[in-house]
Formats: sequence, C-alpha cells, structure tokens
Amino acid sequence: MIRRTLLATAAAGLTLAFGAPAMAQDTTKACFVYVGPIGDGGWTYQHHQGALAVKEEYGDKVEIAWQESVPEGADAERVITQMALSGCNIIFTTSFGYMDPTNNVAAKFPDVKFEHSTGYKREHPNVSTYNARFYEGRAVVGHIAGKMTETNKIGYIGSFPIPEVIMGINSYYHHAKLANPDVELVVTWAYTWFDPAKEADAARAMLDQGVDVITAHTDSTAPLAEIAKEGGSAWGFGQASDMAAFTTNDDGTPGPRIASIIDEWSPYYIKRVGALMDGTYEQIDSWAGMPEGEVVIGTMNDAIPDDVKAEAQAMIDAISAGEYHPFTGPINKQDGSAWLAEGETADDGTLLGMDFYIEGITGDIPN
Amino acid sequence: MDLSNINPILLVASIMISATPILLAAIGEMVVEKSGVLNLGVEGMMITGAVIGFIVAINTGAPLLGFAMAALAGALLSLAFGVLTQVFLSNQVATGLGLTLLGLGLSSLLGKPYEGMKAETLPKLDIPLLGDLPVVGRMLFSHDIMVYLSLCIVVAVWAFLKYTRAGLILRAVGESHDSAHALGYKVIRVRLLAIMFGGACAGLGGAYLSLVRVPQWTEGMTAGAGWIALAIVVFASWRAGRVLIGAYLFGGISVLQLNLQAAGLTWGVQYLSMSPYLITILVLVFISSNRSRSSHDAPANLGQTFHATR
Repeated sequence: MIRRTLLATAAAGLTLAFGAPAMAQDTTKACFVYVGPIGDGGWTYQHHQGALAVKEEYGDKVEIAWQESVPEGADAERVITQMALSGCNIIFTTSFGYMDPTNNVAAKFPDVKFEHSTGYKREHPNVSTYNARFYEGRAVVGHIAGKMTETNKIGYIGSFPIPEVIMGINSYYHHAKLANPDVELVVTWAYTWFDPAKEADAARAMLDQGVDVITAHTDSTAPLAEIAKEGGSAWGFGQASDMAAFTTNDDGTPGPRIASIIDEWSPYYIKRVGALMDGTYEQIDSWAGMPEGEVVIGTMNDAIPDDVKAEAQAMIDAISAGEYHPFTGPINKQDGSAWLAEGETADDGTLLGMDFYIEGITGDIPN
Repeated sequence: MDLSNINPILLVASIMISATPILLAAIGEMVVEKSGVLNLGVEGMMITGAVIGFIVAINTGAPLLGFAMAALAGALLSLAFGVLTQVFLSNQVATGLGLTLLGLGLSSLLGKPYEGMKAETLPKLDIPLLGDLPVVGRMLFSHDIMVYLSLCIVVAVWAFLKYTRAGLILRAVGESHDSAHALGYKVIRVRLLAIMFGGACAGLGGAYLSLVRVPQWTEGMTAGAGWIALAIVVFASWRAGRVLIGAYLFGGISVLQLNLQAAGLTWGVQYLSMSPYLITILVLVFISSNRSRSSHDAPANLGQTFHATR
C-alpha cells in the first residue's frame, strides 16, 4: 500500500514537473519555416524581420524559432512535424510550396496553429493562410518605370509562371503604359526563386537588348548588381526587401535601385501571435496590402525627378486610402477581349487565379 | 519575336563571362579525376572560394589578392578531402559529399557579416590593338584578366597531360595505381597534388562568381554550379579541349535561352535549358555502351581506393 502511494505521488510529481509547463503556457512559441537563407536580402530576410518584430513586441512572453533553407516537398513535412513536436504553438510556413506539407502536418496536430503564406488550402480548422497584395507595389514601380525609361523598353524577371507573378507583370505593365503609351515590356523567366548567377544573366540579357528599367520577381540582389555595371544608364527596384545598399553609389551619385517594394510581415505576425496569446485567434484567409502597411514602397532615390516622385507618392496615398485599385478598367485581355469595363475593379478570385496577360504585352505565358 | 534585338557581339561577350566559373571548376576537377580520384566536393570548394575571395577583396580592396586567397582556401579545403581519402582511405563519394556540405555551411557562417556589401571588381583589360579591332575587339578582347587566365589554364593542362613526363605519371596513376606504384611513383603524393590543384581551380571559379559575375556575396550563391562542373567533366570525356567546349556550351545555352526569351521567343526555351543535361546523359550512355573505344573511357581507377600493401 505504501509502495503504491509512493508510486502515485511520484507519478503526480512527474506530471507536475514535466506535464504542467506545457499546459500552463507561460510563453507562446512561434516558429518559422523559411525557403531560402535569411541572408538572401529579400523574401526570407523580410519574413525573418517579421519574426524578430514579434519577439520585440512581446519580449519574454514569446519564444521564436526558425529553420532556414528548407526545401519545398517531403523535407518540409519533416521539418514542420519536428517543430510541432518541439512545442511550437503557432507555425508560419513561408513559401507557396509548403502548402500540402502544412495541411498534412496540421491534420496530426489539431492543437497547434498553422499559418501558410501565399497558398489557398485551408483543409483543417487550425490552418490559416496569408498573403500580401504585392501588385499594389508593382503598380507604383510600374509608373516609375514608364516615366524613367529612355529606350521605352522595360523588363520583368519572372520566377515561375504562377498567378502571383502574372498579377505582378500585368500590374507593372498597366501602370507603365498609363505613364508612357510607347512603353514595351520584355519578360524573361528564370525558373528559379534564388540563383544569383542566373538572375544576373537574365538582367544582362535584357540590358544587352536595350532594356533600361528592370524589376525582378526573384529573391536575390543580383539583378541590381548587374544593372549597376551600366553606370547610371539603367535602373532597377529592390524586391521584397529594401536592398538599400544599391540606393547610392560609392561616389555619392544615385545608385541603380531607384525605389523598392518591401514586404512588411511584422504587422501580421504581431497581430496573429497576439491573438493566439489573448485567446481571440480564429482561422482566417488574410490578403492585406498598402492600407494595412504590409506592402511598403521604400525611399525613392534622387535619380527619379521630383514630379515623378510626387505622382508615385500620390498613387501610394490613393491605394493606401482605399481610393484606387490598381486593376481598374478599362482593361482588355491580351487577345483584345474585354476584361474590366470602365471603372470596374478586379475581384480577388480572378486575381488569385490570373492566367492571362493584359492587352499590349507580347509573348505567351509558358505552361 | 524579334531576333534582331540580339546583338551577337554582346551575346558572345556575356557567354564568356557566364562560362568562366564553371570552366575553372571543371578543368580542375578533370585533373583530379585524371589522377583517379573522384571529388564530389566541387560545389563546397567553389562556394568557399567565393566567400573567401569576397572577404579578402573587401578588406584589402585588391580583387586579385582575393582570387589568390580563394585559390588557397579551395586548395586547403580539398587537402582535407585528400588526407581523408588518400591517407585514411575513406570513401571518396561520401567524403566528397561531406565536403560540399561543409563548404556550404562554412561559407554561410563566414559570409554573414558581408551580406549586402559591395566589393571592388576586376577592371576590364584594355588590350592595345586587339581591343580596338572591330567586332572581335569587343567580343573577345575586352574582358577581365581571369577570363584569359582560365583559358591559359586549359591550354596549360592540355599541354601538361599530353607532352610532359609529370603529366604522363599523373595519367598512369589514374589508369592503374598498382602499376604506377610498382614502378616507384608516389601515388598518394601525385593524387594529393592533383586534388589541391582541383581545389584551387574551384576556389578561383567561386571567386569569379562573387567578385565579377555577381559582384556581391549571397549565401548559397553557387546554386549548383559545382555539380554542372562535374557533369562537364563527364561530358568532355576527360579531355581538356572538350572541357572548354562543354563549359562554353553549358554557359552559352543558359545565356542564349535568356536572350531568346528577352527577344520574345516563348516556345521551347525550357527544352533549350535542359539540353546540356540531356547531352551529358547521352554521352554517358555512349561511353558505357561502347567499351572498345577506350579513348572515351574514364580513367580506369577513377574513384578506387589505393593502398600500397595490397
């Protein structure tokens, strides 16, 4: 009898020692899965800034953990499972290719919250998705590109032909065209998110063919470094991150990065982790943009004339205030058929599934 | 589509720049394999060269010193591989893969403080007379010194293997280490030297990436270039001249398909970008199906462990 009591006491003690902290939740653990290295200076770097902002906001009440360069596919599932097992309360998976792994793991851990970036599958109540309206930023840099080009040829380095990228191309071209009716768009597909040498080659190919303003939809700063070799006759934009190192040359002249589209994930991450801590957390599908501060245009440098800066700022203000939608008709599809009538704005469903170019863009979208 | 937008002069010039890193890495690896050693760590040695070259160039302002240090770093890293595989007789494939992982991790650790910085790049050479020639002047004679050095290395390796006694010994060690050992040649010493040469070349190739082609340091920036170098060696069936052709073909197709895209061609670029790999597979099939043609064969003792007492 005594022995049995002893065992029971020991069992209770063990529960107290090991089980209790997990139940009491003094700290919330937020975990992040990154597709590239934090040092890419672009996409992953910005997600990590968001993670650090969460820590900054809540201090000792949260604990953050992350894993870099996780390949999309089977490896991702293993990493996410490992995170769920290691006591993460909320896991942010920050690339499109983590969509199925995230949902698979979510089925096994109903008490853990999962947040998948840029995807659309929410198969379980504990999976939310979030994205940002990057096309709002593309509209602003498109306007600047249309005004800045002297050869009337502007370029876009695409990663993969997915709706996200096609949306960006259309928005960029539409606003360049509004700013400069003679503008012509050149698109090259790199078929990679991150390969600095290839991104530089793509920029070089376009520069050699007379393109003088380039925006990239890949993750590294290599296109800007390649543009810098032109010595002030060609321009580019920071992508995902500010890429401020290219704003000014060593001799003080304006650098090749004349503006940038910054992904600002901090407000979203802080909001979601906060909601989890105070118990107001719900499954959502978030697609915020400039009004919420998730898409930000970085400082415009002095290569841009003042009147163009003012126009760009006016567009930023209008989008932020909700007064202007970058896809406002009249806009036709590439084949000339009507898409948006005068004053009509695009609905989110069409944008998220976008698989067509708008009128004026030459070339086909690869399959 | 408007192919007239493609300027052949600029196209050839950018192909030469684009192919130089893989050419350097491939010619080094070819010498290693000629000595009978398979070093799969090219990627790791390249990226170590890239980060070391960049760090040295930033801190000293001398890109050429960066290249020298990158070669040294590549050689030292490959020496670790050499000691493990030649002295401690570890498995070459596993050790080479380990070297790649080590190089990737080490470079990202060393490179952390240097992200987003800009280094001094190599100036374009201003060659008198040749550089002023129409067309070919801009195409062939207006590059930086490393482009020409890489071509010199190819010629030197070719002449070394074909015409010198030392080159003959190196080939003998690769074809039959037991016979070479019986003749009194120092198999392990020859192989260690070849491995270090391969490491130095890979280091130079990596530094060319971080100092000239993409003049900046980004983690993981080689993005598989080392593996392409390995494929080129097979593609070239272990001949220096064909390594040159292979590297320019691989680099050329990658640049060409981007130029075609920029000129408006959208059909078939994916096929064009995969064609070098298809050709490599075809070459492999050809080699293994045609045993009588020994000139296409890999060095007979490639990848085999040598131990003098056996």
